[in-house]
Amino acid sequence: MAASTHTSVLKHHFDRLDQQHASERLGMWMFLATEVLFFSGLFGAYTVYRLYYPTEFEFASSKLNRVIATINTLFLITSSMTITFGIRSAKLGDRSGLIRYLVLTLLLGTAFMVLKAFEYTADYEERYMPGTLFRSEYNAAFEAIFPTDPQQKPLSREEAKLYFEKDAQSEHPKHQHWAAELVLLNYRKSTADPDYIDPGKVQLFLSFYYIMTGIHGIHILAGLGCLIWLIIEAARDAIPPENYSTVEVVSLYWHLVDGIWLFLMPLLYLAGAGWVATY
Amino acid sequence: MSAVLTRWGLSTTPPPEPPPAEPNYLNHNYSIWSWLFTTDHKRIGILYLISITLFFVGGGIAAGVVRLNLLAPNGAIVTEDVYNRAFTAHGVLMLFFFLIPAVPAVFGNFFIPMMIGAKDLAFPKLNLASWYVFMLGAACAAWSVLVGGIDTGWTLYPPYSTRASQASVVPGVLGAFIAGFSSIMTGLNIMVTIHKMRAPGLTWNRLPLFVWALYATSLIQLLATPVLGITLVLLMVERMWGVGIFDPSIGGDPVLFQHLFWFYSHPAVYIMILPGMGVISEVITCFSRKNIFGYAAVAWSSVGIAVVGFLLWAHHMFVAGISFYAAILFSFLSMLVAVPSAIKVFNWTATLYRGSITFQAPMIFALGFIFLFIIGGLTGLYLATLGTDIHLHDTYFVVAHFHFVMVGGMVMAYFAALHYWWPKMFGRMYSDWWSRLAAMIIIVGFFLTFIPQFIMGYHGMPRRYPNYPANLQILNVMSTAGGSILGLGYLMPAIYLTLSLINGPKASSNPWSATGLEWQTPSPPSIHNFEETPIVVCGPYEYAIGVDQMGRPLPEGPGEGGPIDPASHAGHPYPAGPVPKETEVVG
Repeated sequence: MAASTHTSVLKHHFDRLDQQHASERLGMWMFLATEVLFFSGLFGAYTVYRLYYPTEFEFASSKLNRVIATINTLFLITSSMTITFGIRSAKLGDRSGLIRYLVLTLLLGTAFMVLKAFEYTADYEERYMPGTLFRSEYNAAFEAIFPTDPQQKPLSREEAKLYFEKDAQSEHPKHQHWAAELVLLNYRKSTADPDYIDPGKVQLFLSFYYIMTGIHGIHILAGLGCLIWLIIEAARDAIPPENYSTVEVVSLYWHLVDGIWLFLMPLLYLAGAGWVATY
Repeated sequence: MSAVLTRWGLSTTPPPEPPPAEPNYLNHNYSIWSWLFTTDHKRIGILYLISITLFFVGGGIAAGVVRLNLLAPNGAIVTEDVYNRAFTAHGVLMLFFFLIPAVPAVFGNFFIPMMIGAKDLAFPKLNLASWYVFMLGAACAAWSVLVGGIDTGWTLYPPYSTRASQASVVPGVLGAFIAGFSSIMTGLNIMVTIHKMRAPGLTWNRLPLFVWALYATSLIQLLATPVLGITLVLLMVERMWGVGIFDPSIGGDPVLFQHLFWFYSHPAVYIMILPGMGVISEVITCFSRKNIFGYAAVAWSSVGIAVVGFLLWAHHMFVAGISFYAAILFSFLSMLVAVPSAIKVFNWTATLYRGSITFQAPMIFALGFIFLFIIGGLTGLYLATLGTDIHLHDTYFVVAHFHFVMVGGMVMAYFAALHYWWPKMFGRMYSDWWSRLAAMIIIVGFFLTFIPQFIMGYHGMPRRYPNYPANLQILNVMSTAGGSILGLGYLMPAIYLTLSLINGPKASSNPWSATGLEWQTPSPPSIHNFEETPIVVCGPYEYAIGVDQMGRPLPEGPGEGGPIDPASHAGHPYPAGPVPKETEVVG
């Protein structure tokens, strides 16, 4: 098999197969370097704001769904393992094994995206998104506790607490407990108070959350596209053992996407894991 | 003497039949699809050449609008709003769509594989994709111009760009974002090619300095461009959906945008100038017939500029409210980058010393580069110094400084490269006389345009303002007058280079008698560059012993004495005979 496919695998402008493989690997590593720098802009900006506004970031992070994030982390780590098994199968010329591992990786990546979609949907239903949705939700909670109508009396701290607890237990899809909690936390505090949780800065965190996970999700989708392409190539027997580096470069990319998630997970989800509200 | 007789048609023997055209990369297929789907690095280089020439014209027209409007203190031809859009279009087009791809994507694409003895770049399809991505970015930029243009300046600072500006910011930003990917693809391709595809014997210390310069450039393209990419994404998100991280009304920090923006955009000026420095190293050695002085110093100073260039972005922000200690540090680092730049200039000067210099157009452009770059570089020190920068910040002094480096430096180097490699790329010689005249007109026009700007900037004229006090009008008129000479100078190569394609004399394979591997191929090169992989036996500039990199003796160069062989000089601009001797300059 090696002799028959050798010439078709070697591209015209390379002299030797190992030169071609080394170029492909080096090219992918350099691309990964640009990816790291691409995300580093976000990580750098996140670090700056986290240091500026630690309380708001902790509060905002505590409202994210850590269960889904943990399951997703397991999915991605496992998928990094399965794709590595895929390289071994490719090297050994085990086509069915290669296809099996690639499909497994594809399924794990897809599962990640499906769970992520459920999570985004829940965030949307909670109106936990920066911008107009956030503002209207926050203003509604503020209005309920501190009515603008001078005829109505503002709720006392205890009444506000009751309002919040009732709200948090409601099964209504548009439960606004984060907004009520935010108003409660800021009850009778001035904006200069060190414990004041600025809703604007909570939105800053949410901007990071959506932009970082969104761009990461786009990378996952690109990786899934590469995996589908690899599966088709493997199915039509176009990945001979001499050409295993094709699988290897895709796996390098997949590991990077996995690796970036391992940074996003603590920065976004675990930052507020220890949050304790004091009303 | 017999050669002269033959040339003038006095010989009795009939002229030999022209041999059938050798198949080369230009004539093997003429269909439009063979160009649009080519993966040949040479054809992709030509595609880039055509594209960036268009953008250069577009950016030049915008510059013309700016300069003409400044003829009168309150604006001569356009409204203030149009003026804002004109200088922004000038900046965006010239920087993202001309200067950054100019040398890497045209000459890097074309000549890096040939200089290292390879058949193509490592990833030919990626190379073609980079051109399409580039054109997609350009289409977005054109869309932005067609729906009214951007008025933010090319620096796009929020909150103006995200909240206040009424112009079409998003398409323009999207264009720059997409063009960035093309830059990354080219850089990655060139870097992998240099690492993995060098011919046998071509060690790192035998690489031509152009290759070293492109390597350093690619390093910056790879590592800086993605940071701009994410910054522009954040900017677009904030502009489109009103949520983002630079919005001061919710606690965002617009200065953070400036940090991220300049983290790319300062190294980007080295993306622009480093390839130019590589060109100059090639041209200076060839036209002074000497080995480069201080090869290792010139090579490693390119890498030094690339590395130090990453560490000094905040000198654009001395008056933006950064901390005093940060300002001191960035001031020091900014001065540090002057060291590798000066190393290059001193080594070029030492190379010229006692060389057999001839003044063909590439050499005139290269000498122009050195003079103008020195002025641009030294005035940079005024701006790196904290005290003087407070006075000069955002004035025409800054405008003049970076135009000396970018236009006086990089555009000169671009034209030097174009004239140096034109015979190789198209197999035709252009008019020697007209090209020298154009080079000198460009240098003179450049001086007249930008020297007055130093003075008006020193007297406090801010950049980007459409109005100015009446006492600065004389300097502005001088600058605009110089600009029109400069425009005329740029028009001339467009004419004589185009004419050379039609009726220029055929160029020999090595008309400048240069040493690089690219000259060992026919002019224009064959489809796969080299019939067989060349074996390199020596360094890149063995002019002293007169051998090329494969160890073969050089053909007779321009301006050198000795017997003239018309066959090897077919198409040489000089008539055969004693004339070259007269133009010889011996130090």
